[in-house]
Amino acid sequence: MAAIEREATTFQFRDWQRRFGNFATGAGLWLLIIAFVIGAFIWERDGLVTGTVVGSLFALGAIGITLIYGILKFGHFAHGDSMMLSAYLAFMFLTGNIAGETQRSDVELLPFSASDLPGATTKIWEFSFGYSLLVAMGLAAILMAGFLIALDHAVYGPLRRRHSGIVTFSIASLGLALIIRSLMLFIWGSGPRFYSPGIREATELPFDIRILYDQIFILAMALVLMAAVYLLLYRTKLGKAMRAMADNAELARVSGINTDRTVTWTWAIAGALVAVAGVMLGLQTQLRPELGFIVILPLFASAILGGVGSPHGALAGGLIIGIVQETSVTSGILDSGYKFSVAAIVLVMVLLIRPTGLFGVPR
Amino acid sequence: MKRVSVESLVPTACVVVVTALILGISFEQTGDPERTLRFYVSFLSVATVLAIFALALNLQWGYTGVFNFGVAAFFLIGAYTAAIVTKEPDRTDFEEYIGGYGPDLDVAPFLATDQWFPFLVAVLVSGTVCGVLAFLLSFPTLRLREDYLAITMIGVAELTRRIAIEEQWLVNGTRNLGNIPGPFQNVLDINDYRYVFLAVAISFLLLVFFALERSVRSPWGRVLRALREDEMAAEASGKNVRAYRTQAFVLGAVIMGAGGAMYAFGARAIAPETFTHYFATFIIWTMVIVGGSGNNKGALLGAYVVWGFWQSTLLIQSYDLPDVVQVRIPFIRDMLLGLLIVLALLFMPHGLLPERARVSVWAERAARRVRPPPAGPAPPSAEPQEDKA
Repeated sequence: MAAIEREATTFQFRDWQRRFGNFATGAGLWLLIIAFVIGAFIWERDGLVTGTVVGSLFALGAIGITLIYGILKFGHFAHGDSMMLSAYLAFMFLTGNIAGETQRSDVELLPFSASDLPGATTKIWEFSFGYSLLVAMGLAAILMAGFLIALDHAVYGPLRRRHSGIVTFSIASLGLALIIRSLMLFIWGSGPRFYSPGIREATELPFDIRILYDQIFILAMALVLMAAVYLLLYRTKLGKAMRAMADNAELARVSGINTDRTVTWTWAIAGALVAVAGVMLGLQTQLRPELGFIVILPLFASAILGGVGSPHGALAGGLIIGIVQETSVTSGILDSGYKFSVAAIVLVMVLLIRPTGLFGVPR
Repeated sequence: MKRVSVESLVPTACVVVVTALILGISFEQTGDPERTLRFYVSFLSVATVLAIFALALNLQWGYTGVFNFGVAAFFLIGAYTAAIVTKEPDRTDFEEYIGGYGPDLDVAPFLATDQWFPFLVAVLVSGTVCGVLAFLLSFPTLRLREDYLAITMIGVAELTRRIAIEEQWLVNGTRNLGNIPGPFQNVLDINDYRYVFLAVAISFLLLVFFALERSVRSPWGRVLRALREDEMAAEASGKNVRAYRTQAFVLGAVIMGAGGAMYAFGARAIAPETFTHYFATFIIWTMVIVGGSGNNKGALLGAYVVWGFWQSTLLIQSYDLPDVVQVRIPFIRDMLLGLLIVLALLFMPHGLLPERARVSVWAERAARRVRPPPAGPAPPSAEPQEDKA
């Protein structure tokens, strides 16, 4: 029907406007971003560095959100709290401690911890941690993947079988976010925690860039994981199945893809990525239960800015949100209290100008 | 002999249980009937104010499917607007805020010094401000997927709370706003004011309730439900989907703003910390889900039951518990609230009072004319409802 109409009219202004408008907003947005990053490089170099580091964390979390968005078609609002929970789990594996009002009164829970391994606390290179943190991070990633799969079996699965709407899923995930947050507060209290006390070493790179060694680690880790996700999505059979499901879940099922297994793998990947992001957020700043709910704003803003369903979009979106957030605070334009609200402002602007995001397909 | 179905007894049973629980707890704690009654009245006033929000959210989500997860934003803006409109201009060093038109407004021809006229103005202004905000927000969000609105509203709620905290000159920041002049409060004893406020709040709630009941049965309400069930079908039959959703969103926001004003006059002191997502958004969502979304009576019932649940979990705090547990009771309550949401979604998706299949007020009248009115409350609609939204 629509095709016939299009044939009938030689020049459809609206059609042209839609196509060109789409191109123009995309190009405009990219120009704006490039100008912003260059400006940040010239005037706010420290903010740019911190922003890139924080942004790569956001990107890791946003990939999980964008995968779940693509395959299960709902916004997983418990992702930020899962991020913080995995940071705390890693803290538990690292120190073997749990609970306590202050760090000093923490109670020993595990009989042994990652720090007890031989030579585990010897610092690697110039980092502020030994390989014990990596072990703890790995354990947290496995546990978080299992946790999200369990959540899927307990909550999202039954809702899916009932063919609930996306809103029902979102509310359920918000309820779970509340549960996870209160669980963290219950176990670890509201005081901040750190993986390793003490001053962290910084270094000078060319172009007058000052960066902490830990931040180099975070960036490298994020890049490696991004590459792994990319390979997984575009070079493996599982990735193919995931992309097929994101396109059309029904069609994927009838063409013989085991959709249940694909969903399970999606949760596992999202959980592992968000766990690493959480541990590195703890490394970059500190562990605080409240951070979990606040961080979903930048995560969703990254996913939407990049274009929902697009992993490289999540990377670009995360970096941009991180840089905008940090530079707007370090340059003194905004008070530091507004740091995480910057994402909300960017989000509203993106929804106004280009709701499909940078890499999204128009719907 | 009237036949009474088990389902029709559930709401009554819930109300009875919650009332008994609240009265029992407060009596056990105070041991004084007078103070028990006072506690119950203040419990009921907060429940009434929150019920206003539940009704507004029910209009937005239950009837229209607009996924507003930033109730806290309208709550905060409504409450603060009411406060700065009715308060005296700031003179002391301890309080700093804009506005302060209370004395100028208290000039209505009769009952001029009873602060009722500023109260009315404040409720109207709060509603208007929230309505305008909702209208502006509808542009970027309402034309998109439902959960884009949710995440935007979470952001807006966070932003408004940050503004209330950071901008000292605006609404006094974390030093809070106190002494909000309630209606008739200056001529009454503080204990009597509780009763007067309860009466005012309940009459406002009833006004909202009947107005909403009437409007959701009108053709307008029918369109809202139609586009909630099947947006494409509604659009195909010539309805401007976005306009209707904007109307429901804005109207709900106006009611929320007015409800925020009522909260300010009931509490008479407001702090930014009150309007977190957990208190101001989650509880109201729980009320609508537990009560039964798409049913105004359900929203009222949900408000009463959930607020009763929330208050009665305070019970554990009064017992002699080890310190480790005592300091964590707020987190246990949060966790219970989250569990309540998830369990209600899993096992009771239609709530305590499920939505009834309803065509229009005229069809109902015609049906009543044909056969005698059914005895007792009608059972929930026979046909199985699909999970909505």
